[in-house]
Amino acid sequence: MEAALNDRILLAHGSGGKLAHELVEKSFVKALANPLLAKLDDSAVIDFSGRLAFTTDSYVVSPIFFPGGDIGKLSVCGTVNDLAMSGAHPLYLSLSFIIEEGFLQSELDQIVNSIQQTAQEAGVEIVTGDTKVVHRGSADRLFINTAGVGIILEGVNISGSNARAGDKVILSGTIGDHGIAVISRREELSFSTSLKSDCAPLGGLVAEMINASPNIHCLRDPTRGGLATSLNELAKQSRVSIRIEEEKVPVREEVLAACEMLGFDPLYVANEGKLVAIVPPEDANKVLKAMRKNRYGKDSAIIGEVGAEKPGWVVMKTVLGASRIVDMLVGDLLPRIC
Amino acid sequence: MCLAIPALIKSIEDKEAEAEIGGITRKISLWLTPEARVGDYVLVHTGYAINVLDQKEAEETLSLLEQIARLAEEKG
Amino acid sequence: MKFITEFRRSELAQGLISQIHRQSKTSVRFMEFCGGHTVTIFRYGIRQVLPKTIDMVSGPGCPICVTANADLDKAIALSQIPGIIVATFGDMLKVPGSNSSLEEAKAGGADVRTVYSTMDALKIAEDNPNKSVVFLGIGFETTAPTIAASILQAEEKGIKNYYVLSLHKLCPPVLRAILDSGELKLHGLICPGHVSAVIGSRPWEFIARDYGIPCVVSGFEPLDILQSVDMLVNQVESGERRVEIAYRRGVRPEGNQQALRLMEQVFEPCPAQWRGIGEVPDSGLKLRKKYQRFDAALAFDIAPGPTYEPAGCICGDVLRGVKTPADCQLFGKACTPQYPVGPCMVSSEGSCSAYYLYGGGFER
Repeated sequence: MEAALNDRILLAHGSGGKLAHELVEKSFVKALANPLLAKLDDSAVIDFSGRLAFTTDSYVVSPIFFPGGDIGKLSVCGTVNDLAMSGAHPLYLSLSFIIEEGFLQSELDQIVNSIQQTAQEAGVEIVTGDTKVVHRGSADRLFINTAGVGIILEGVNISGSNARAGDKVILSGTIGDHGIAVISRREELSFSTSLKSDCAPLGGLVAEMINASPNIHCLRDPTRGGLATSLNELAKQSRVSIRIEEEKVPVREEVLAACEMLGFDPLYVANEGKLVAIVPPEDANKVLKAMRKNRYGKDSAIIGEVGAEKPGWVVMKTVLGASRIVDMLVGDLLPRIC
Repeated sequence: MCLAIPALIKSIEDKEAEAEIGGITRKISLWLTPEARVGDYVLVHTGYAINVLDQKEAEETLSLLEQIARLAEEKG
Repeated sequence: MKFITEFRRSELAQGLISQIHRQSKTSVRFMEFCGGHTVTIFRYGIRQVLPKTIDMVSGPGCPICVTANADLDKAIALSQIPGIIVATFGDMLKVPGSNSSLEEAKAGGADVRTVYSTMDALKIAEDNPNKSVVFLGIGFETTAPTIAASILQAEEKGIKNYYVLSLHKLCPPVLRAILDSGELKLHGLICPGHVSAVIGSRPWEFIARDYGIPCVVSGFEPLDILQSVDMLVNQVESGERRVEIAYRRGVRPEGNQQALRLMEQVFEPCPAQWRGIGEVPDSGLKLRKKYQRFDAALAFDIAPGPTYEPAGCICGDVLRGVKTPADCQLFGKACTPQYPVGPCMVSSEGSCSAYYLYGGGFER
C-alpha cells in the first residue's frame, strides 16, 4: 500500500523553507534534545581547552537497516570510535543528511531515534546539523555524514606510529560480524543467519583501558578492510612488523561458515564495534583484564606481538605452524566460486 | 577451485532444500542430487548440492589420520 | 563446522608432516592442478613444512586464469549492449580483457551484477522480463552441471530472457595437452577434488597408465592436501603408479551420475582456447542444438574488437608450471593485485595472486 504524500520526504524538505524547518524541529531537534542544538544557530559555540581530536566520516551503507543496527547507529558509532582511537573522550557530533526524495518519514524517524539512543549511550551530543533532499536516483536512499570532536587528556599519547618491538597486540572480540550481517541482507547473496552487526560505541571501553594503563601505544578500529588492513596500516606507520597467530583470533562459527561459502577471509571482513590495541608487554594483562570486564570487550584476546625485523609486514602463524604474510585488502571483497 | 562446502539438509521441498552450515541457512538446489535426504550432508557449490557427503568415509579418514599421528609420536 | 574444522586439526597435521618427512627419500616434483588447492597450500604455508625433497608446482586449474582474452572481451562487449544484464560470479569482475574489465564496464554504466548462484541469475531474469539476462558460464566440471541445471530450470519455468555465454572448460583434456608438451617433469599429480566429485576418479586413470604419474584426488582442507602428498610419496617410494582417492568423503570413482547426465544433456564438447596454452581439442563445452535458444553467442551480435595480450605478461608460462610468478618481470611491480596485468594476479586462486598475498618466496 502506497504511503500517503505527507509520509514521504519531499524536495521541499531540504530547501530551507517552512517544510524544512518543520522537519528539523519535529524530527531532529525534538528527538536529539539538547540545549546547544535547540538554539538552532548557524554554528554551535563551545568552550574548549586542551588538545582537540577532530574527525569526520560519511555513511553510505546498504541496506540501511541491517541485523543489529542501522545507518543511524553506524553514523554515531563510526565517528565516536574514530575519536576514541585517538585516546579522546568523544563530546560533540555534527549530523548531515542527504535524503533521496520519496524516503519514508517513518523510516527517517526510526533512524533519528537510533541516532539519539546511540548518542546517549556514547555520552555525546549532536549539536549542529544539515539536511539536503535530492532528486530520486541521486542518492541511494540516505547518506549521512557526521563529524565529531573530543578532548584528549593530559599525558595520553596514542598514535598509529607508536608501536615498538615487544609490544603485545590485543583484539577486543570476534571479527567479521558486521560485514557478514550486512551481506546476509543483500538480495543476490541472501542467506539466513542470527548474526548481528557488532556496531557499538567504544568510548567507554577505551576510557577503561586508558585507566588501566596510560601507556597504550596504538588503538585502531578495524572497519572496512578488516583486521588485516588495520594491522598493515599500523605496521607501516610504526615501521615495525606484526606477528599474529591464526588460532588466537576469535571468529564466530557463523562468520566462518559464511566466509567459507562466499570465499571470504574473515581477516578482511568489516567490523564496527571492535578495536585493536598495541600495548607495552608489561601492561598487556592489565589492559586485557579491563577490556574483558566491559560488555564490548568480553571476548578480548592477545593475538600477537610486534617485532623489529621486516618492518611494514604482517605475518600470521597458521595452524600448521608455518607462516604466511597477511596483506591489506585490495579492492572489494567479492564472492567467488573458485 | 570450486568452493564447495558441506552443509546439512534441514528440509526439502520438491527440488530445493534448506541447508545449514555453522548456524547459517540457505536455500539450495537438489537438481544434481535428487537422492539427498533430510539429515544428509551435501557439498554445496554455487547454491547447488553437487554430491552427498559420505559421513562414514569422513570418520574413517579421520581415524586413519589419528593413527598416523599416534605412530608419529611413537617414532619421536 | 562439521567436515571442515576436523580437517584442520594441527595435531593431525603434525603427524602427517612427520610421516612425509620420514618416507620421502626421492627428489620429486608434484603438481596441484586446481587453483583451490593452490590457495590452501599458500594460505596454510604447506610448502614450508614439506621436506626439501618435494618441489611443488601449481597448474592451470583456475578457470578464471585460463579464460582467453578474446572470450572475456566478448563478455564485456555483451555488457555494453543496451537491454542486457550480465550476471557473473564475482571472480570475473576485475579480470582485465584487451581494453577493459567487467568492473570498468559497470562503472561506465553497463548493468553487470555479481551473483553467488545461477539460481540468483534466474531470479534476476524473472524480475526483469523486459531485459535479457546473460549468465557468464565460467568454470570446470564442478560448475558446468549447475549451469546445465539452470538452463533446464529456465525451460521448465518458461523463462524466455535467460541466456548463457558458455566458456566452460574440461580438465582431463588440458592435462593431457600439458603432459604431451613434455615441458614439465612431474612425479605426482594432486587431482582436483570437486571436479572429481562430479566426474569421479576414472577420468584421471590415463595419467597413471599412459604417463606413469601417480595421482591422488584431494580435498581442500590442509589435512587433505597433506594426506594426498603423503599418499603420493608412498606411491613414488614403492614404485606404484595409480589413481587413489584421498577425498573419500566427497568423491566416488564413478562420480555423480545425475550431474554428468545433465551436463551431457545440455552441453557437448568443443575446442576451447586456454590462455597461455592455446587451443585444446574437445576441452570446452557448447550448448547442444536443442538448447541453442539459450546460447548468448548465437542470440546477440557480439563485436568485441581486436584482442591484445599485455606485453611482458607470462601468465601462460606460469599456468603451465614452467615459470614461477617470481620469474615474471612484472610481478610485484607493474602487476599487483591492485593493478593486475594478467589473470593469474587477479583471480583469487591464481598462482601470482597466491604468491603475492601469502608470500610465496617468504622466509621465516
